[in-house]
Amino acid sequence: MNVQQRSGSGPLVQSPRSPSSQSPYLTVSVSDPAKMGNGVQAYISYKVITKTNLPEYEGPEKIVIRRYSDFVWLRDRLFEKYKGVFIPPLPEKSTVEKFRFSAEFIEMRRQALDVFVNRIASHHELQQSEDLRIFLQADEQTMERARSQETGIFKKKPADLMQIFKDVQSKVSDVVLGKEKPVEESNPEYEKLKNYIFQLEDHLAEAQKHAYRLVKRHRELGQSLSDFGKVVKLLANCEGNALGKAFTELGAKSEILSIKLQKEAHHLLMNFEEPLKDYVRAVQSIKATIAERANAFRHHYELAEAIKFKEIDMNKLRLTRSEKLGEAEHEYEELKADGAEAARRFDRIVKLMNEEIVRFQEQKTLDMGLAFHEFAKGQARLANSIAEAWRSLLPKLEACSSA
Amino acid sequence: MMGSENNNLPGKGDEEEEEFYHPLSTADQMQTLTLDGDDDYHSLNDDVSASKSYSNYRSAMTTISSSVAEHPLLPPPSIATTPAVADPLLFPPQNPSLDSPSYADVIFSPFHDRFPESNGNGEISGEVTVSSPGSQSSSSEYLNIIVSNPQKEVESSNSIVPAQMFRDYGGSDFSVRRRFKDVVTLSDRLSEGYRGFFIPPRPDKSVVESQVMQKQDFVEQRRVELEKYLRRLARHPVIKKSDELRVFLTVQGRMPLPTSIDVASRMLDGAVRLPKQLLGESRSVVEPQDVVHPAKGGRDMLRFFKELKQSVVNDWGNSRPPVEEEDKEFLEKKEKLWDLEQQLTNASKQAESLVKAQQDMGEVMGELGLAFIKLTKFENEQAALNTQRVRAADMKSVATAAVKASRLYRELNAQTVKHFDTLHEYMGLMLAVHNAFSDRSSALLTVQTLISELSSLHSRAEKLETASSKIFGDDKSRIRKLEDLRDAIRVTEDAKSCAVREYERIKENNRGEIERLDRERQADFVNMLKGFVVNQVAYSEKIESEWAKVAEETSKYVKESM
Repeated sequence: MNVQQRSGSGPLVQSPRSPSSQSPYLTVSVSDPAKMGNGVQAYISYKVITKTNLPEYEGPEKIVIRRYSDFVWLRDRLFEKYKGVFIPPLPEKSTVEKFRFSAEFIEMRRQALDVFVNRIASHHELQQSEDLRIFLQADEQTMERARSQETGIFKKKPADLMQIFKDVQSKVSDVVLGKEKPVEESNPEYEKLKNYIFQLEDHLAEAQKHAYRLVKRHRELGQSLSDFGKVVKLLANCEGNALGKAFTELGAKSEILSIKLQKEAHHLLMNFEEPLKDYVRAVQSIKATIAERANAFRHHYELAEAIKFKEIDMNKLRLTRSEKLGEAEHEYEELKADGAEAARRFDRIVKLMNEEIVRFQEQKTLDMGLAFHEFAKGQARLANSIAEAWRSLLPKLEACSSA
Repeated sequence: MMGSENNNLPGKGDEEEEEFYHPLSTADQMQTLTLDGDDDYHSLNDDVSASKSYSNYRSAMTTISSSVAEHPLLPPPSIATTPAVADPLLFPPQNPSLDSPSYADVIFSPFHDRFPESNGNGEISGEVTVSSPGSQSSSSEYLNIIVSNPQKEVESSNSIVPAQMFRDYGGSDFSVRRRFKDVVTLSDRLSEGYRGFFIPPRPDKSVVESQVMQKQDFVEQRRVELEKYLRRLARHPVIKKSDELRVFLTVQGRMPLPTSIDVASRMLDGAVRLPKQLLGESRSVVEPQDVVHPAKGGRDMLRFFKELKQSVVNDWGNSRPPVEEEDKEFLEKKEKLWDLEQQLTNASKQAESLVKAQQDMGEVMGELGLAFIKLTKFENEQAALNTQRVRAADMKSVATAAVKASRLYRELNAQTVKHFDTLHEYMGLMLAVHNAFSDRSSALLTVQTLISELSSLHSRAEKLETASSKIFGDDKSRIRKLEDLRDAIRVTEDAKSCAVREYERIKENNRGEIERLDRERQADFVNMLKGFVVNQVAYSEKIESEWAKVAEETSKYVKESM
């Protein structure tokens, strides 16, 4: 499988040419999904294996058991702490009960989780996260405790995120349409970027939808060929020697091709449609970062406004020689400190985003390049099988005519 | 598909309307059709189910033809002109065999073009020389029929839809106008005159309202069906020489075939002799005896009931009928044919669904390609980094391949539809087989009935004779009765001989037809398979090469992500 190839920019953390003792590395794998529990409470657990020589970690290998909500916890913590970074996306929660435990769904999720963790482990900022260490090392009770502490304070409910998206989306479109100007950065390049991200999501979603339908069509064609093959074999019994044999062979080849089609459908799903979905999720994660940046900007701007007013107040008090001046000066200093902090935060987000966008584009070119390759390879392979199967029928058909 | 030029004339008066054969109406009035007591088909259910599958198939054909936007039977022009498609497998001398030989001369076009090669004088046109042993094309006569130009004509209070036909018959062309009712009549006459033969079934009468009759689609559909039907008739080695068909195709004006063979009316009109008189032939005509035709209602009522009684006796009586179907070979073949029918039905259905799946695949592939083209454009327009342009280029090559593959799938499908048409054709022919076999059984029933009648007449005569030997004196009435009986016996004997001859004739027809069916079916199926396989191979190779290119161009990404 191409799992290893899809782990983003690879597991190596730092320069591989470090001359001194073994260079630092951190690789993670998510494997062995297992069903735990019964009935409504049932869930899937995964084995998370960490191999590292980093001093903060218990090396060289550590294995922990994690479930989907643990991954969600990690994502949320990183999102809170590393504003400005495009946090790698998680696969969706399954909405349809029926498929929650289907083999295909589980495998797709496992693959996506593996990619998720590896992307974090190879990101120069995120890999230093304490939360990552907890996620990779802590025993299950600690993990569970950490997870349950999240409710209320740090955990952003999906509804909140949706609201943020909507706000950002409407603000972007307002600006684009030239409507009211809320408290937003007036950075034309950034506006362009926001536009790009929003439109990109639409385009990608459409492509992904068609990719999924293509998978289904492969399956349907496979089924159809299988049914056809069966029926043709029965028809063979009604016909005489050479022709009957030809029909039987036609039926047999149909059934063979049916299997190849099912295989190709699976390959298409895992190696083409899933990367496209991953791309969509990544774009949605960027939108969340955009929202964070907007928040930071607003915060910074509001503080700046507050400082201005405070200054005016202060000067008023100075003129009147009020005894409140001291207090006001004190508050003023505090506000300035906060303001500086907010500005720092905002600037950091801007800087990170600029780096991230470059990384993102590069990464996506690689990811999609590989996905396209797999797609094309699979289609070529399929067409080749089809041609071969039918070609092998020709000698038998020749025998019919000469008979 | 477009209608013929005349249909494009302005004015509502030119809209097609169809009137239907209503056996009970004396005046030909426009009315909503009621399906008449259908005694042409031995079972209405067969009719409906056959027509259902035909309509599904037809709708697939229409969808495909409209999306392909080109003649579904000819190789798509785009393939012919694309230089890259110099594929020997696609355009070899085998190309005509992409049409199964029984359809080598089918044209769906409503326009007035005829085969340039046709000269009707017994030469085989180049197009028909398909290398198939069982094909009928090796016969010396060549009939080319085109049904076109449906038009509404107003005649007094009638509205009729005639169809025009061009035809080669002994070197000349004929063009006549006929309405659907005439087709029904032709079909009826053929089924009576050619008992035991596998006569292709005619298009259905439709149970629809007069509103639908006017719709372009309906008229076009019917035109196509009629053309197919007449061509099938023209290909049947016996039927194509029939007077009925000849009259239908060549006599101008109203068609002079009788609409029923009710014995009384037939005798009254002398209509039976009319076709032969018209054609100027003087060969001696054997007067059709009553028994040569199956019993129907009306004047034949008495005979109908006698045979009904006989069939009940056959089924429920304790003794065996006087004559039985003994031909083991026939019974075996019959069983095999019913099995074939079953398998054909299934195969036909699965072939349809295969075609649909292939169609869907092509469609989605095309949509995927278009979505990527849009993405490519988007990335290129918005590109701030070079890596975006690289990605856009990759996307473009994928999109191009997808769009090409989509087109190839759809073209392949159009060809596949043609090939599988053979299955549908033979499935439709099974109805004709049923009819031919029931001709045989009803002829047998007639024989059995007559034999029973004879034996009862004989026993009555015996009783009268033995009675007379006991009584002296005046038994004039008894003698008269006896004479009457002896007359009746004589007539019945004649009828029985006739019926037996008829039965033997039908048996022979059956036998010949079965053999012909097996032979032709073998050849047609081989051609179907060949055509299908050759096509699949050619197109798959093409599709493979498109994708292989893209795989090659993107192979660098595999190394990079290692």
